[in-house]
Amino acid sequence: MSAVTYETEALTGRDFPERAREELRDSQLRGNIRKATTTIRAKTAEVTGELPDWQDLRRAGQAIKREAMRDLARNLEALEANVSRAGGKVHWARDAAEARWIITNLAQAAGAEMVIKVKSMTTDEIGLNPALAAAGIRPIETDLADMIVQLGHDTPSHILVPAIHKNRAEIREIFMRAMGLDHLGDQPTELTAAARRYLRERFLSAEVAISGGNFGIADTGTICVLESEGNGRMCLSLPRVLITLLGIEKVLPRFEDLEVFLQLLPRASTGERMNPYTNLWTGVREGDGPQEFHLVLLDNGRSRILADPVARETLHCIRCSRCLNVCPVYERTGGHAYNSMYQGPIGAILTPQLRGFAEAGSLPYASTLCGACFEACPVRINIPQILIHLRGEVVREKQATLGGRLGAENLAMQGALAMFEYPALMGLAQRLGRVGQKAVERDGRIDWLPPGLSGWTASRDMPALPPQSFRAWWRSRRGRP
Amino acid sequence: MSGAREAILGSVRRATERMPTGVVELPGYRRALGLDPAALLDRFAERLKDYDVTVLRVPEAQIATTASARIAERGIRTLLIPPEFPEAWRPSGPTLVPDSGQGARELNEIGGVMAGCCVGIAESGTIVLDAGPGQGRRALTLLPDYFLCVVLARQVVGLLPEAMPRLRPAIDAGRPLTFVSGPSATADIELNRVRGVHGPRTLDVILAG
Ligand code: SF4
Repeated sequence: MSAVTYETEALTGRDFPERAREELRDSQLRGNIRKATTTIRAKTAEVTGELPDWQDLRRAGQAIKREAMRDLARNLEALEANVSRAGGKVHWARDAAEARWIITNLAQAAGAEMVIKVKSMTTDEIGLNPALAAAGIRPIETDLADMIVQLGHDTPSHILVPAIHKNRAEIREIFMRAMGLDHLGDQPTELTAAARRYLRERFLSAEVAISGGNFGIADTGTICVLESEGNGRMCLSLPRVLITLLGIEKVLPRFEDLEVFLQLLPRASTGERMNPYTNLWTGVREGDGPQEFHLVLLDNGRSRILADPVARETLHCIRCSRCLNVCPVYERTGGHAYNSMYQGPIGAILTPQLRGFAEAGSLPYASTLCGACFEACPVRINIPQILIHLRGEVVREKQATLGGRLGAENLAMQGALAMFEYPALMGLAQRLGRVGQKAVERDGRIDWLPPGLSGWTASRDMPALPPQSFRAWWRSRRGRP
Repeated sequence: MSGAREAILGSVRRATERMPTGVVELPGYRRALGLDPAALLDRFAERLKDYDVTVLRVPEAQIATTASARIAERGIRTLLIPPEFPEAWRPSGPTLVPDSGQGARELNEIGGVMAGCCVGIAESGTIVLDAGPGQGRRALTLLPDYFLCVVLARQVVGLLPEAMPRLRPAIDAGRPLTFVSGPSATADIELNRVRGVHGPRTLDVILAG
């Protein structure tokens, strides 16, 4: 989907607050996002609530992921051995460039002029589509939402429903233009039927498919892909050659572990008891499905995340998107402000770790630390804790530079530390603040602050300091009932 | 590329060497639903109906006649029949097309497919195909627009953990699995659930026995 590449904050100077301000002005986007998150929240609450053992399943999911990570090297070796035994070929990619090179070469060797794609998030992470296009191979996204995003030359705004920012009239326009249609209704059924007709011919003629994956099973060599539309079944069973890109963190030790994750994922994700289709295959099967199977195992920063004892649980994520749907910040800003294919709370912790703080260092601040994401996460990732840990890392990295040491934020943090250590200083600061705010206070609110402090008030206001501090009031009422 | 393999495994090993070892205890999530047989089938049928699936409950002896009537109602004239399809299930009426290794384009022209399954899971209304007898290769139940699936009462279990031991033999034999929970669907356009994108748009289930 992304013919678009994501920008680097250090180069462009555009960070999360900057992008969020733009998106906040887009009222259709906000309306759509609010409708989406409200609807999905209600559905997930219902189908997770009906299971008496939901909390036990969450704990089991967390325990299995911990074990899978602890034994990751052994699990990866077992996965490789079992895929090879079943007639598949395993490739290893240290980074995005290596993965692009492997996949592009495989598609070229198969003589493909076009490839059909399903479950594209990881292929987006490595920027595969532009690389394929540069090699003369046309990538065709087949998830309806990815198709809308690709045909509309857009970027995704939600992990689960990437085109949620588009309404039906816009989708109709995009389809008519891209499919060369003179007439098309704007009912969802008509739009869906148009997608079915448009893609069917491509499914029947494609020689090569490229997919992501939800799980790789170490003890059997089986790959698992969950989907709704049947485009996954088409991609995974019709073409002659199948290339699957899997992050190394997607490995589960045993086939039986799926009994936990196939209950957790659909219920937390789309709010269904089960998604319409789940595909499992092992290597190559004669007479059924692709006769050439390549599994590309991708590191791209994952082993580095694994080495961080606090942040490593980031890798447990099963991409259900539930943390987006419960996040008050995501609900207001939408997905584009995160400038990544991973948005919301998981994006705020995953993107800066994958791409580095210079590229995405503002993201760990894109949260109010309210804890809703932790409560919702089907594998119990403590996102607030990881956010705080990463903020510490960002500050440590900044302090290493002189500009960072003299920056308003660092000075403020150092000042706050001193005040909490010496209460008398705090009292003095509050008295000074009450005098100082006379210049900026209006009706008990402050909506403008001078440069250096203006970041807080650019898209929100805050209450002015009251005439008397709590501490002063407490002292004055001593001795009274 | 072997350099990449060693590099990745090496940094994974270094990253994990200090992680605590020991046996991982899994919490006591439910391993069985524990309904009596009649209630189990009721639950399965109810959950299928939630996905807009028509469920026809009949004795095993009536599979063929029930299928014939249903296929006529749906207006299906050509019906794909997978290898090792039980003789007693063969419906009359439509032209029956056996699997003869047709290519995708040929399969795409066939009106419907009738097949069995490996297991039914009541709690989530899921049918699992394991490419075994009476089911065949994956493309057969994918390309025709209508799918009539036969589930026998003895194939129905309560929860996913109860289904896993029945699925393991197919995995060990290298066969693919397809979990089907209702007809294909999408909610990508303004979150309206629309049935039938690329898979069969209509799914009927004969629940027999
Ligand atoms: S962090 Fe948890 S809630 Fe968020 S997408 Fe990942 S698994 Fe889902």
